[in-house]
Amino acid sequence: MGLRTLIRSWPVARQLRPGGDHLGLGAAARSARTDDVHPRTEDADRVVPSVCPFCAVGCGQRIYVKGEEILHIEGDPDSPLSRGRLCPRGSSTKDLVSGPARATTVRYRRPHGSDWEDLSLERAMDMIADRIIASRAAHWRDTDDDGVPLNHTLAFGTLGGAACDNEENYLIKKLFTALGALQIENQARI
Amino acid sequence: MSAHPSPLLGPEGGPAPGTAGTRFGFFTDTSVCIGCKACEVACKEWNGVPDNPRGFTANSYDNTGALGANAWRHVAFVEQGRAAGGRPADLRWLMSSDVCKHCSSPACLEVCPTGALFTTEFGTIVVQDDVCNGCGYCVTACPFGVIERREADGGAWKCTMCYDRMRGAKQPACAQACPTDSIQFGPLDELRERAAGRLAELVAAGEGRAQLYGHDEGDGVGGTGAMFLLLDDPEVYRLPPDPVTPTRHLARMWAMAGAAAAALAATLAGSLLPSGARRSRSGGRRWR
Amino acid sequence: MGSNMAECHPVAFQWVVEARQRGARVFHVDPRFTRTSAQADRHVPLRPGSDIAFLGGIVHHILATGSELRDYVVNYTNASHLVSEDLRLPDDLDGFFSGWDPDTATYANETWRYDGPPVRAAAGRPSPARGEAPGAGKERGRGQTFQSAPTDVEHGSIRTDPTLEHPRCVFRILERHFRRYTPAFVADACGVPEELFLEVADALCANSGRERTSAFVYSVGWTQHTVGVQYIRTASIIQLLLGNVGRPGGGILALRGHASIQGSTDIPTLYDLLPGYLPMPRAGEQPTLADYVEQATAGKGFWGNTGAYVTSLLKAWWGDAATPDNDFCYGHLPRLTGDHSAYRTALDMLEGRVEGYLLFGENPAVGSANSRLHRLALARLDWLVVRDLGEIESATFWRDAPEIETGELRTADIATEVFLLPAAAHTEKDGSFTNTERLLQWHTKAVEPAGDCRSDLWFCYHLGHLIRQKLSASPLARDRPILDLTWDYPTEGPHQEPDAAAVLAEINGWDAEGQPLGGYGRLADDGSTACGCWIYAGCYAEGVNQTARRRPGHGPMHVAPEWGWAWPDNRRMLYNRASADPDGRPWSERKRYVWWDADARRWTGVDRPDFVADLAPDHVPDEDARGPAALGGCDPFILQADGKGWLYAPDGLADGPLPTHYEPHESPVANPLYRQQANPARRRYPPGAGPADPSVEAGPDDEDAAYPFVATTYRIAEHHTAGGMSRFQRRLSELAREMFVEVHPDLAALRGLERGGWATVVTARSAIEARVLVTERMAPLTVAGRRLHQVGLPYHWGHAGLAPGDAANDLLPIVVDPNVTIQEVKAATCDIVAGRRPRGPALPRFVESHRPAPAP
Repeated sequence: MGLRTLIRSWPVARQLRPGGDHLGLGAAARSARTDDVHPRTEDADRVVPSVCPFCAVGCGQRIYVKGEEILHIEGDPDSPLSRGRLCPRGSSTKDLVSGPARATTVRYRRPHGSDWEDLSLERAMDMIADRIIASRAAHWRDTDDDGVPLNHTLAFGTLGGAACDNEENYLIKKLFTALGALQIENQARI
Repeated sequence: MSAHPSPLLGPEGGPAPGTAGTRFGFFTDTSVCIGCKACEVACKEWNGVPDNPRGFTANSYDNTGALGANAWRHVAFVEQGRAAGGRPADLRWLMSSDVCKHCSSPACLEVCPTGALFTTEFGTIVVQDDVCNGCGYCVTACPFGVIERREADGGAWKCTMCYDRMRGAKQPACAQACPTDSIQFGPLDELRERAAGRLAELVAAGEGRAQLYGHDEGDGVGGTGAMFLLLDDPEVYRLPPDPVTPTRHLARMWAMAGAAAAALAATLAGSLLPSGARRSRSGGRRWR
Repeated sequence: MGSNMAECHPVAFQWVVEARQRGARVFHVDPRFTRTSAQADRHVPLRPGSDIAFLGGIVHHILATGSELRDYVVNYTNASHLVSEDLRLPDDLDGFFSGWDPDTATYANETWRYDGPPVRAAAGRPSPARGEAPGAGKERGRGQTFQSAPTDVEHGSIRTDPTLEHPRCVFRILERHFRRYTPAFVADACGVPEELFLEVADALCANSGRERTSAFVYSVGWTQHTVGVQYIRTASIIQLLLGNVGRPGGGILALRGHASIQGSTDIPTLYDLLPGYLPMPRAGEQPTLADYVEQATAGKGFWGNTGAYVTSLLKAWWGDAATPDNDFCYGHLPRLTGDHSAYRTALDMLEGRVEGYLLFGENPAVGSANSRLHRLALARLDWLVVRDLGEIESATFWRDAPEIETGELRTADIATEVFLLPAAAHTEKDGSFTNTERLLQWHTKAVEPAGDCRSDLWFCYHLGHLIRQKLSASPLARDRPILDLTWDYPTEGPHQEPDAAAVLAEINGWDAEGQPLGGYGRLADDGSTACGCWIYAGCYAEGVNQTARRRPGHGPMHVAPEWGWAWPDNRRMLYNRASADPDGRPWSERKRYVWWDADARRWTGVDRPDFVADLAPDHVPDEDARGPAALGGCDPFILQADGKGWLYAPDGLADGPLPTHYEPHESPVANPLYRQQANPARRRYPPGAGPADPSVEAGPDDEDAAYPFVATTYRIAEHHTAGGMSRFQRRLSELAREMFVEVHPDLAALRGLERGGWATVVTARSAIEARVLVTERMAPLTVAGRRLHQVGLPYHWGHAGLAPGDAANDLLPIVVDPNVTIQEVKAATCDIVAGRRPRGPALPRFVESHRPAPAP
């Protein structure tokens, strides 16, 4: 490579060439790939309105989807609560929902077992239904000793719900109350 | 969304279509930074920046440590003062989200032998990873210690001011996420005005040590595209008080560029070359 | 106060920052100097657990300086109501209100009532269950009254003195009760210098009144105490006295911690409530629906229609099976027999009385007080279902709980069968969250859940189907409730996902023709309407999912009425009739919000009026009117049984009609007011709940206490609650990878702790290790002449995930507020020593050796 070529290829020199790129706007410096740069959200098949799943502020989120996978999640500027902003937790939502630590298959640990085992979802659901029915039958109380109606069982309970949707909480409460369970709880104590 | 929408900004808060040629930048108003690190996370999510786990540093709430290849935003935490008698009147906890300064005289670009670094149509400085050969000249040249080579791929990495988002009229991810609008994005001229106004407010409110950083085109890097309103001296935030683009290197390059450069000398003051490097290093770099 | 808003609710904090830039003054009254304090005009550190003393000092200051908004207080609060002459205050009884029964450790509240007919507490909430009753035992009749009083409050029958001079009127009782809460007392109890306290109190008074309003913001720093409810009550008294309720810029804002934690109280996964704050029936106390309605109905206001709310709920659940002849299946509801709260349940588990447990996105092995105990309890279950996004500690305790290492548990001995069913994320399902402002917002499914991941809606729906199938031939009466249940939601997609909108439509309810209800005013008690949650009626009005609306708010529409839907009736601010003066005019033009339009003879404004739309300000109800018709034009508090804001609670609280300062259950100092140290009605769970600091019984010991410091737990911006949503993902784990403890340099010097080194924090329950962060922000406070150090413990860590660490909740006792059974985790006693904790069996020995013998 001759000195002249070297000088011409030096980026500063390229940008200094007469009629060239003295504002540094990069025509000379840009690679072909750079010319194609655009926000990947423009490639999304659709944008889905959502709400941040962390705290109770309820910041608006936009979920960009491409090829049935989440491309990106960011704040929704239309939200009168959040004005498009997200905190570190909200900004991390994509790693929460599609990061490597997500469990995606049923894990089963048999009594006294030392490791997880595989189990089909269908089988798991059936076994759980059986456990509930059995515990309920074994510890059902129609009345107390004085004959006062109780209509309940204290053999099993549930915990959780503050991260669930309203519709989910509604079905939890409805189903387990109808089963006579009383110990239906979550951390929303106040 | 910035609290002060500019006609040069589009509905998504980024450069409005047709504003190429206008220089855009950041104004980080540290007086309202809550140190939440939303900027760090939003940046990583958008740009796919790898993990940078350092564990516990014992340095206030800063576990990121410094800007680097895997940390393009870094929130500094500075605890000041002493609590006395249950009335910690002089206890201050300063926070500031640091980022690439996108200098007017970008040393990184000037030393880059491959042309990987370039100035975008928005006046920001970006590394093209398909061009970068990982020589590392830029790393030593940067007066702020911003750019760094990444072990995993050997390339040099730093903030792009979300060049891809800007091309799509979206503001950078950090500025969009910032809950308190501490990180503001916009045309640099407007940001300068806003910064000066905000400084005046704070000074009037008694923040005696408040000052702007990167605001002065006469400083050693020709002013920056990322300005800061600090509540104390730059050193307190571990920012170099007198950042200088290494002029000796520039002089050598000037010689090599030769006549072509000379012909354009008249236009240089308004371009990316370091007008500040010719001025006194001590002049007007700090504003009280 | 009691809130670290900048860290825990950063995006909401933008409004505080903006208000401050427009001139608002922000005080952060909190034990720790946090990122919130850094943005406040003034940080006021106070001792953890002393907030009632501070707030009571403000009440005292308001009354002493005559700073109350008199027109508001006289007309909108119960200040003028006379109280029974039998009431005695804690000053009279050395720390007890009248009505204390030492045998049951509970209050009877007859003496707290108004002089006149009894008045029911607002939400028809039953008096709380008693603490030590075992969950499965025979505890009926031990004072777990649903509501023992008759219900008739006829308008005008309460004796009042609008001059507020009568010695037994609420206003004068307040004055008497808080007379000892002087600035000097505040300084002594809270460690807040008098002048600093007065700066806050004066600023608050100066910024309240006709022209200006002030707001309180709180979070679990207030609630997670054995007097948590009374913290909020004290703030209510202040805000009512200053006229700051129901007005723009005023109020008491609870910042809640989970996406739908408000929704999970409205539609409660809570043992003692039915949807819409209807109480669960108690065994033997409300045998029939008529008994229930009679006991849960208020004489005045919208709790006068309880019969319509509960009947509509029963119709929603049991549909055609619910008829007038069978009490609308009221008998299908299980009956409470005591305390069935999560803590009681965990203790019952530990004793082998609970076979099965289902966790929906909750991680008690890290997140519950005395989390160690919960891990031991889970190991006693026969079966456990965990529905979560990842392998949280509550799913993996059988192989990696710290108790395996200590030898207290052995994997092979643990008989628990564990099903970990991966849950769908919010991006993978439709549904609504109710945010901290009562705003319901719909999130739309973006993608199908991967693999076996399913929504909790899917899980419940299909589980219900399976159980109903398996029991379909059952002749047993006990199976009628599950077989009669309406359970036919449409499903869609590859996984047969139930249609969440159909569930929301049932929550909203419909009329006899099946048309969606427009609001709770349409509900009837004759079985003609069905409604799954009466306060949510209207969220699906006109068959439109109102929660999915996304019209931004701008300018005059700043309340954004078409963004989502707020309960009740899309009203964005509760009790907003109080934003106008008694004549219906705005208190001030700059604070106008809702006002009476005399020409149109209607309430109007920028929000939907939270009032009867055409009830004139000068309206006086008929003497025999009941329910909503009994409301007068100056009764803004339409869900209160007397239409007034309660400065004094004649009913509904388990621990006193007024707040008063008690020490936390574990405190290194003696109560400066009374010999009675802590809230006598707090619920304790001996003996299984774990040991307490012996000084709880023996009295605080200044010199040689085993646990001389105050431990307080909290969250930081970088993580979320017990870590299930943050320690299992990369972005947040990276920001704060290791458990740490915050201490003042003086405490570090005292205990030889090195910055960045390790420390072991020990309480009567356990010991954990953490990296040391030495900071001036953990200011020691001078309390009762002593310099008191606090030890700051973020509670996000547990033994699993990408960022494992010891769990702060291992250190804390199970002792709860008697009203709502919330745990006290904001103030306990501890010690701290340098170095890592012992490993293996040496750990329990270390904890044991540190614990002094119980007091004789």
